[in-house]
Amino acid sequence: MSTPLNKAPSAVSVRGVDKVFEMAKGATVAALTGIDLDLAPGEFVSLIGPSGCGKSTLMRLIADLDTPTAGTITVFGKTPQQARLDQDYGIAFQSAGLLPWRSVQANIELPLELHGVSKADRAERANELIELVGLTDFRSRFPDQLSGGMQQRVAIARSLAEKPNLLLMDEPFGALDEMTRERMQTELVKICSETGAAVVFVTHSIPEAVFLSDRVVVMSPRPGQIREIIDIDLGRGVDRGEDLREDAGFFAGVTAVREALHGQPAMGKLGVDLR
Amino acid sequence: MNRSRRRASGVLYGALGLLLLAVLWELYKWVGPLTGVRIADTVLLPKTDDRSMPHLWSMVTRAFEATTSAAGADIVWLAVIKACLSSLWVAGLGWVLGSVIGLLLALLMQRFSIAERAVLPWLILSQTVPLIALAPVVVAWGGRVEIGSVEWERWMSVAVIASFLAFFPVAIGALRGLSSPTQIHLELMRTYGIGWWKTLFTLRLPASVPYLLPGLALGAASAIVGTVVAEVSVGYKGGIGRMIIEYAQSGSADPNKAYAPIVGAVLMGLFAAALVGLIAVGLKRFRRQESTI
Repeated sequence: MSTPLNKAPSAVSVRGVDKVFEMAKGATVAALTGIDLDLAPGEFVSLIGPSGCGKSTLMRLIADLDTPTAGTITVFGKTPQQARLDQDYGIAFQSAGLLPWRSVQANIELPLELHGVSKADRAERANELIELVGLTDFRSRFPDQLSGGMQQRVAIARSLAEKPNLLLMDEPFGALDEMTRERMQTELVKICSETGAAVVFVTHSIPEAVFLSDRVVVMSPRPGQIREIIDIDLGRGVDRGEDLREDAGFFAGVTAVREALHGQPAMGKLGVDLR
Repeated sequence: MNRSRRRASGVLYGALGLLLLAVLWELYKWVGPLTGVRIADTVLLPKTDDRSMPHLWSMVTRAFEATTSAAGADIVWLAVIKACLSSLWVAGLGWVLGSVIGLLLALLMQRFSIAERAVLPWLILSQTVPLIALAPVVVAWGGRVEIGSVEWERWMSVAVIASFLAFFPVAIGALRGLSSPTQIHLELMRTYGIGWWKTLFTLRLPASVPYLLPGLALGAASAIVGTVVAEVSVGYKGGIGRMIIEYAQSGSADPNKAYAPIVGAVLMGLFAAALVGLIAVGLKRFRRQESTI
């Protein structure tokens, strides 16, 4: 990485973070151990790894939905709690989590409404976002009248409502079929580079991570730690189109991530990694 | 089109059910022995003479005659309607009071889990108290209540007893409803940095509607049962509960008359159900279920 990046205040900075969950009868589970990670503003980073590697936990710590057992996290130089209260990030989960009694437009306006934005401004912003995610004809529909992909698009529009500089996404396309998924990825990568937001994207799909990201963080379980961080050099998001999926650079990235994920079997067993 | 057809068939089946009951009644009256069926001293099937089981048409005819031979006496059905109206607003008051109390209790239990553990067993216990035992207590306590020049009246006791039955299903339904939002929705509210009150109005209350409506409907039915029973035990005059007893007591002399107030009580129940149905239509938006993806 080039050094000038260090000068800009990082979007997210994670230093020596551990997370231990207390289970029943005094047992503990080390979900995360010794995590260090920096996110530059506007950077798209994916967290990938097998189930139980702590990738969702790490995202939840950044979102202040949970607190680390040790170590520090800053989001735009603030504590995660302050960043949450300041609405510095938008968030999307695996299921869309729309409120069923609100129309598409009202769902997108929800965070704005809760933070006292005037009705006219809300409607204007919602219109922009509805157009951005391509749901112009569906603005007054209700969630139960939409397909899963459409619901997820509404959820993404909602996460963008307050123009956050950071997006946290926990497998937002995990429940979609492959075709919808690829289309959503293409849209997301465009949206993100247009808005200039940094993204932490949790996934367990290798092609998804490579297609979307500037860097892919490969994690391993028990205890959850970062095994390797892989730079993906496929150009800016706006330039990433469908044909990229058949590009040699894309395949090289997929291979690199796959090898990092499956690792050299002997290395993993050797214990402490002192890199 | 489809929906109206379904509604029409619902009405049809309802009417068929009523007709079936009427046919059964008349059929048994026709074939059953006059003295009923008994084994040893236990009555298995009732007597079928005109005093025990009047013909349906005699009941209907009686409903269109004057209540008593006194001059200026009301027609029976008119008297029944008057008594129903007198009971209905007391029951309605009890229902509103009970629903408000039930909702507040549910809010308290949702907010503080310790309150749920402390209060919920008492709520369940409260429903095992027999109404007959409760009535004198309410009347006695009410007698000591004096707010300014307002004196405690018997209808207030009736409303309080009705609310005592009505609050329970509302409290249980509301508690389930308020606790129904998924973790994703709750965490979303947390990311918005809003507190308990704002979360309540944005998320918990709207989400509770599908659970609250059955509670309100059950509560309305309970309020009417409570009113009928309480009128009798409190000694409140002019209501349908009192009328059922009065007309039943004149049964041996005028057996056809006793059935009119019972039908009146049933109609009251239907009216209450329709009222809650109307509320449900008004809250239709909150009964949409999020489709699973």
